[in-house]
Amino acid sequence: MMELKFSLNGKKVSTIIEADSLLIDVVRDLGCLSVKRGCETSNCGLCTVFVNDKPVLSCSVLAARVEGQNVTTLEGLQEEAAEFGAFLADQGAEQCGFCNPGFMMNAIAMFRENPHPEEEEILSYLAGNLCRCSGYEGQLRSIQTYLAFKDSQKGGV
Amino acid sequence: MLQINRYVKVSSLEEAYELNQKKNNVIIGGMHWLKMMDRMVGTAIDLSGLGLDEIIETEDSFEIGCMVTLRQLEQHEGLNKYTAGAVADAVKDIVGVQFRNTATVGGSIFGRYGFSDVLTVFLALDTTVVCHKAGEVSLQEYVKLPQDRDILVKLIVKKVPMAVAYQAQRHARTDFPILTCAVSYWNGTWHAAVGARPGRAELVVDENKLVSGETATAEEAKAFGKAVAKQLIYNSNMRGSAEYRQQITPVLVKRAMLAAGKGR
Ligand SMILES: Cc1cc2nc3c(=O)[nH]c(=O)nc-3n(C[C@H](O)[C@H](O)[C@H](O)COP(=O)(O)OP(=O)(O)OC[C@H]3O[C@@H](n4cnc5c(N)ncnc54)[C@H](O)[C@@H]3O)c2cc1C
Ligand code: FES
Ligand code: FES
Repeated sequence: MMELKFSLNGKKVSTIIEADSLLIDVVRDLGCLSVKRGCETSNCGLCTVFVNDKPVLSCSVLAARVEGQNVTTLEGLQEEAAEFGAFLADQGAEQCGFCNPGFMMNAIAMFRENPHPEEEEILSYLAGNLCRCSGYEGQLRSIQTYLAFKDSQKGGV
Repeated sequence: MLQINRYVKVSSLEEAYELNQKKNNVIIGGMHWLKMMDRMVGTAIDLSGLGLDEIIETEDSFEIGCMVTLRQLEQHEGLNKYTAGAVADAVKDIVGVQFRNTATVGGSIFGRYGFSDVLTVFLALDTTVVCHKAGEVSLQEYVKLPQDRDILVKLIVKKVPMAVAYQAQRHARTDFPILTCAVSYWNGTWHAAVGARPGRAELVVDENKLVSGETATAEEAKAFGKAVAKQLIYNSNMRGSAEYRQQITPVLVKRAMLAAGKGR
């Protein structure tokens, strides 16, 4: 047992963990239920959170390693999530929606890192987010229409 | 499941080395591979406080700390300029961005995985491995050594003038590769590293000078590719048969050779 202090969605938190506690379980215990586990092999991307603004797989990060770091989950990104989420819904991109939080997190990471991605760059950036229902086409369209909307808001590229 | 009793973020390499001498203690890199094992660990040794997460470019080399992530390799301007993007090409299809943000160079090379894109590309470069106790050894030698209890501190890639390119065959992006291949021309000779056969990558050097110089013709590239395929041992697994792997080796070698040195 050890004490862990870090910042979760901008708030300082302190909790007790085991040496092998994984970040996914710790943030879920702290109420961030958007973070989900979809595999045992670091493959699905469902558990994506940001550590110091970088998207990582929280299922494979020892909680002890985020001591003093900034962790962000979808709960802390409500505005960006709502805005982009509307475009996902418009395209009817999803069916069961289970993959949504991890997908949104990584899409937001991409928008921040590369505001004007080519189609190939989008596919490559999001390749680690699996969806078992869709064919990814709707997600791709929603990203492209969202990016076009953001550009038009700024008055063109 | 991976179970860990104690977590220690070490403050020196010596401390890490001492801890690592105990059989049930383990160094954690990105922990992706470790996490898939059924294992009871005494102490998990974390090197992340030692500043080993940097790529340092000097006049004649790149020093790549063991905690550098695959994503850092992919995005490092100097390294990808030197290799004409071959390093980025090698890692870009490994799982996903989130995975590559934590998977480490140290874990990838220490693991000496047969399927490793990372190992393959560094084998084709002039790479040495620096270990805490054993010191500096060439990557070619290091690959053949069994996993020991030393610490892989960093890789050193010398900036010899070089043409290099990377190719791999996959059923689908993010899956393990069926075959990996990196070719390079330096010191007046062509080199080809081929992995995922499915055995770990091996380097073949064009000792018989099937290729006359840096600008290989399609015919020469094909001839060297065939020689490489003949010299290596292939096996079958769920991703492909030995015959298939051997068949596509000359194709990947040739494609890479014709692309090498073209820059971007
Ligand atoms: C689902 C999945 C898919 C993958 N697909 C690919 C692929 O397509 N291509 C590819 O090339 N690779 C692939 N890999 C391998 C991956 O790229 C890494 O090489 C692997 O995960 C090891 O890196 P790590 O940082 O996770 O190491 P860890 O899992 O933390 O460690 C691996 C081993 O190395 C030891 N170790 C770590 N650092 C050091 C050090 N500094 N000194 C001494 N020992 C050390 C550990 O003790 C452990 O034994 C895949 C891995 C997974 C889990
Ligand atoms: S739960 Fe699947 S990648 Fe983390
Ligand atoms: S909508 Fe069901 S997994 Fe993506």
